[in-house]
Amino acid sequence: MGKSLFQKVWDAHTVGTIADGRTQLFIGTHLIHEVTSPQAFGMLRDLRLKVKFPQRTFATVDHIVPTINQDAPQDPLAAEMMQALRKNADDFGVTYFDLASGKQGIVHVVGPEQGITQPGTTIACGDSHTATHGAFGAIAFGIGTTQVRDVLATQTLALEELKVRRIEVNGDLAPGVYAKDVILHIIRKLGAKGGIGYAYEYAGDIFDRMSMEERMTVCNMSIEGGARCGYVNPDTKTVAYLNGRPYVDMSDFNATAARWLSFASDADAHFDDIVRINAADIEPTVTWGISPDHGIFISENIPDPAKANTALEKASIEEALAYMKLEAGTPIKGVKINVAFIGSCTNGRISDFREVAKYIQGHHVAPGVQALVVPGSQIVAIQCEQEGLPEIFRAAGFEWRGAGCSMCLAMNPDKLVGDQLCASSSNRNFKGRQGSSTGRTILMSPVMVAAAAINGSIADAREIFHMDATATIA
Amino acid sequence: MALEPVPSVTGLAVFIPGADIDTDRIIPARFMKCVTFDGLGEFAFYDVRFDEHGVKTKHPLNDPRFSKASILVAGVNFGCGSSREHAPQSLRKYGFNGVIAESFAEIFYGNSTTLAMPCVMASPEDIVAIRDAVEADPETEITIDVKALRVRTSGGLDIAVTMPDSAREALLSGRWDPIQELLDNDAAIDAKAAELQYV
Repeated sequence: MGKSLFQKVWDAHTVGTIADGRTQLFIGTHLIHEVTSPQAFGMLRDLRLKVKFPQRTFATVDHIVPTINQDAPQDPLAAEMMQALRKNADDFGVTYFDLASGKQGIVHVVGPEQGITQPGTTIACGDSHTATHGAFGAIAFGIGTTQVRDVLATQTLALEELKVRRIEVNGDLAPGVYAKDVILHIIRKLGAKGGIGYAYEYAGDIFDRMSMEERMTVCNMSIEGGARCGYVNPDTKTVAYLNGRPYVDMSDFNATAARWLSFASDADAHFDDIVRINAADIEPTVTWGISPDHGIFISENIPDPAKANTALEKASIEEALAYMKLEAGTPIKGVKINVAFIGSCTNGRISDFREVAKYIQGHHVAPGVQALVVPGSQIVAIQCEQEGLPEIFRAAGFEWRGAGCSMCLAMNPDKLVGDQLCASSSNRNFKGRQGSSTGRTILMSPVMVAAAAINGSIADAREIFHMDATATIA
Repeated sequence: MALEPVPSVTGLAVFIPGADIDTDRIIPARFMKCVTFDGLGEFAFYDVRFDEHGVKTKHPLNDPRFSKASILVAGVNFGCGSSREHAPQSLRKYGFNGVIAESFAEIFYGNSTTLAMPCVMASPEDIVAIRDAVEADPETEITIDVKALRVRTSGGLDIAVTMPDSAREALLSGRWDPIQELLDNDAAIDAKAAELQYV
């Protein structure tokens, strides 16, 4: 019987088994950022250890960095964290893509664009959206701070092996349905805890046709479905994307490419579970509640607790409705928004901004709505500038910012105020996620965020932008 | 490095209602702007315990009857969301040293075990039974017995619970922080690095 990519990469990186039965897994690439590394470096210093493989360790600053006046964070705590990372990178010899480097950005945007993220590798980072890198056929997952210490000290982790669920999406996507809608739909169907204990392999016609950036959007939100990691098998698109990137060894690229492709799941690979979804069933999806699995189609109504199947479900819907201040059984379309946010490690790449820019010319952000557009990295920002995108956004009333995590999780000045409702291209809609303890988040694709910003309320982008059959992606 | 084995934890308990309690709720991100984990205890469940005006809410965590609780009882998917270790760290520093839930998110589970905080899973019916017992008598003493995989209460409940074998092994053997074992395999690590073409 053949092996899945997960099995191939897991086996290739297994160092041994520790006493409690867990695998000691070699972590080929360690990405770090300023929030989950200071304590880990502190622990390293306490143990009087060095970083074992500094050449396999790459750092950037993303969570706390402001998106305006980036060099001078007003917040002394933020400044302290940035200084700590600078000192740790210098003391331990770790590569740090800082603000002066021109290569800074959200860690899950920087890894791929630098060619650090590669097929057949294991990648860890103290951030649950590390699953993003699985788009390249890597086994990539989030870890806690003490585990960051383990990787720094030993380049290994103690881990339980995961089962693998293959999720096939076949057929054709309708116009105006994006990669973001695909993953929101998958999470809706399988639930926020459906993936616990699993790695998700995303496959089928739709994933074959997706670009690398679209695959990243999907893999990014694996953790929202409970799956610690998610991946797409590497193919010629993966090879083409990585060809010539800074950290790719180009000395015998054909051989490297062949090796990368060999990690793809065998045709007769064993999977612990297989789920099949028909692409044509997927419509533009938005969340209505306080969990990423609270997804509904733009045409649907907000759930009604009276129609819940169990007492627990009823209580859950009631809790969400109360927090979101939404009315049961009413359309999600037309819900007024205060803030719009396009960015984050889910949807902060060049293709996201190009796609929105295609549609917003001639439109303007509605009065009273604050709309932020945040490139995922300094390199993405420059690319956008070269294509004239910031001017298009500004002309339409959007604010164009510097690179960072921004309003996704509000550890920086970009925060909701009071019970503001934000249409967001990020990945979590938990209570208080965007910085205010009463702030409300509705997740959707970047084009849907733009439509909401222009309409002043949740809207069907296909109607706002008169999308026809040519608006089909993948 | 010799760590204490954790065969059981005993204490009073508090039930926290709600499914899918995420790590943003356990420790809001704005309190994570720190370079150590010190002081995180006072911010555990901050936006659950205080409203937007800083006034204490009507929540079990603010109920003086449960003020001495060291065992947290919860529903499904406890600790979902971010990988932030700040979440179990803030719970430990708040005063919790064990969690009984219907289910746990994976990263949170691993982080908690590494901090020697046993997390065990009970059936929905048993969670209700524990909750009812504790609400009827907040002085009910609960024991999470990692060795026997049981939860027992001073009121006479004796419930079967589950946890992954490796976590149970780690807690019972005092190897809940694997760093020494990982370090000990240095030669094998170097051999693996030499084997992998991209390293």
